[in-house]
Amino acid sequence: MTKLTDSSNKKIISRRTMLKGSAAALSVAAATGVGGFPTLWAQDIKDIEIRMLGSAVTHQKPLEEMAVADTGLNIQQTVVDFGTIMQRVATQPRGWDIAEPAYQQLPGVWPLGNCRAVDTRRLKHWDKVIGLYKSPGKIWDDASYGQGMNPSLFNYTSTEDGTDFAAPESTPWLTLLPGNHNADTLGARLDIIGRPIESWAEFINPEFAGRTGLQNYPDIGLMDVAMAMEAAEMITYSNKGDMTLEEIDFTFNYMVDLKKKGHFRAFWTTFMESVNFMLSGETVIQSMWSPAVTVVKSNGVPCVYLDLKEGYRSWTIGSLISKHVEDGKKLDAIYDLFDWYYSGPAGAYFARQGYYMPTPEHTRKYLDPYEWDFWYEGKAATQDINNPFGQKLEPAGALRDGGSWKNRMGRVAVWNSTMKENAYVIKRWNEFLTA
Amino acid sequence: MNSTFPSILKRYSSALQIAPLGLVILLFLVGPVIVIGIFSFYKYTGFFMVPGFVTENYEEVFFSANTWATYFETLKLVLITLVLTFVFGFILAYYLVFDIVQFRWKIFLFLLTIVPFWTSGVIRMISWIPFLGKEGLINRAIMGIGLSDQPLEFLLFSDFAVIVSYVHMFTLFMAAPLFNVMAKIDRSLIEAARDSGANGIQILLNIIIPMCKPGIAIGTIFVLTLVAGDFTVVRVLSGSQAGSVSIAMANQIKVLQYPFACASAVVLLIVLLLIVGGIMRVIDVRKQL
Repeated sequence: MTKLTDSSNKKIISRRTMLKGSAAALSVAAATGVGGFPTLWAQDIKDIEIRMLGSAVTHQKPLEEMAVADTGLNIQQTVVDFGTIMQRVATQPRGWDIAEPAYQQLPGVWPLGNCRAVDTRRLKHWDKVIGLYKSPGKIWDDASYGQGMNPSLFNYTSTEDGTDFAAPESTPWLTLLPGNHNADTLGARLDIIGRPIESWAEFINPEFAGRTGLQNYPDIGLMDVAMAMEAAEMITYSNKGDMTLEEIDFTFNYMVDLKKKGHFRAFWTTFMESVNFMLSGETVIQSMWSPAVTVVKSNGVPCVYLDLKEGYRSWTIGSLISKHVEDGKKLDAIYDLFDWYYSGPAGAYFARQGYYMPTPEHTRKYLDPYEWDFWYEGKAATQDINNPFGQKLEPAGALRDGGSWKNRMGRVAVWNSTMKENAYVIKRWNEFLTA
Repeated sequence: MNSTFPSILKRYSSALQIAPLGLVILLFLVGPVIVIGIFSFYKYTGFFMVPGFVTENYEEVFFSANTWATYFETLKLVLITLVLTFVFGFILAYYLVFDIVQFRWKIFLFLLTIVPFWTSGVIRMISWIPFLGKEGLINRAIMGIGLSDQPLEFLLFSDFAVIVSYVHMFTLFMAAPLFNVMAKIDRSLIEAARDSGANGIQILLNIIIPMCKPGIAIGTIFVLTLVAGDFTVVRVLSGSQAGSVSIAMANQIKVLQYPFACASAVVLLIVLLLIVGGIMRVIDVRKQL
């Protein structure tokens, strides 16, 4: 907004500030084009406010400032948790223009018809997007496809107004714009355990009774245990991302057993809880998200993000456009913003936190070669590795946990998924908590 | 004109006085509860809510073994918390009313008990974690003086931790009404009992506690609703390992199972209203206010 200097524009700002005071008023104004004073549509593109709803993974103030500086757009980001994103997409589609859920939430929100399809023909950098979101459903030919909700299967819809899911690349219409992806595994205190950990089976090893932490998310918490049970050769799932009722029962019965035996020290719900469990020595092995491991390490505790032989539990996030965004300047602005996200600076920003954007070619241009080698190639750092805020993350010589991009995303065991039997999973999870 | 206008005002003055609060309650309490009631009859298919009038959600609530298990867990926490807050609250109130002689000091000390409320409840709750953890203050002390060579794990991420925090946070809600009714007890009654030869325990059991009943009732209602509606304490201090009625609801809402969560909410509301109604029926709270 610093670019606006002349008095006529200042007036507009004050009007718009008034509007901002009430999201409801704004959406009414946007939807009906209230007369009497210049509507948002009549303004130059920079005066269009884009209201984004997303998690702390994708919505970060420095990134928002970068986007504003580069595109001149007025972006308002609201940070909430993934459950709230889903609720607001489902129940308040007028309250946001772009929402950024995780892909496994799509079966819950896309068929509601609250979002409009993204036109690949309007995306300047679509040809640079990796195959994960196109018909191969993977980044490299020799990569695993992964069980569960492969992102490519939920990324397309048949028409501009579609509420269905279409085969990859069968139409130009995307359900949402692909965003960050990454691979999750277990975090462990190898300094306390005193030996290497190579298999998911260790997650249910009685050796760690009372020292194991599980994430309190029914869908992915269940999958973490399923990875371990399969690794321990207790069961072979038809599809860990879409289990049958029998498989769900078998897994939960065993989880209840584990819980009664005191195997789990605690379940964590928030990112910081998982960090604190590790920092305070409550757990030595637990479900973890990659940046949480980084936070533990930056506190001087040697937590390791394990590279396990059975592979990773991967996930990806994307950007939905609200149905209430009509053709016109606002939609143009959203596509401009999408192009910016794919143009490189955002990719580099996320790369320095360990996430991957779908246009690596462009990301690479904005990373120093030693950074690319560290984050993407999994090579030892030739100099200190800093996060996007300039703080030192790793000293020269360090290796990235979990190895290269290819080692992670090439060995996807299962995608974060919502199962067909989701309602039953929630029911069993609630029983598991009271057991 | 001059005389009629104020007389109208006078006539409706009590209605006017309660109107603002009544309006707020109507808009922000009664309204939402009605909406929840309507949603609880909606049809729920996989990911969709369909307006309708079905009783499936209630059947699911009543016929699920898990509902009974969560209510049992919640009631267990309520009862233990009630007993402990009563014991601590009663001792506190008794001390302030009967052992402190000067009125000024009574009020001053009572106000002191409110000081912890100057910090957020969430912070008071979370501060138990570094205290009770494996490498927390208590475990370090226990291992330091050689009482045990293993940290006591039951201290944190357990029902124990949850109850400690409830007692810490809610005792005042029991103590305040007890203090209030106890302060109104006529001292001559106690002197008369003593003159008739009653000992301390008899006075306590036959005079003081019966006269405290309205305070106990009000305190019970506070603690009951606070514990039954709690979601944060039980989740954080049990390490998310305990189930409770409100946690089950939160899990349902997370995956958009609104109708089912609404039905659970309506059932919880009715259960609480029945308990509160029962308390009001047994003890005439108004008599002492």
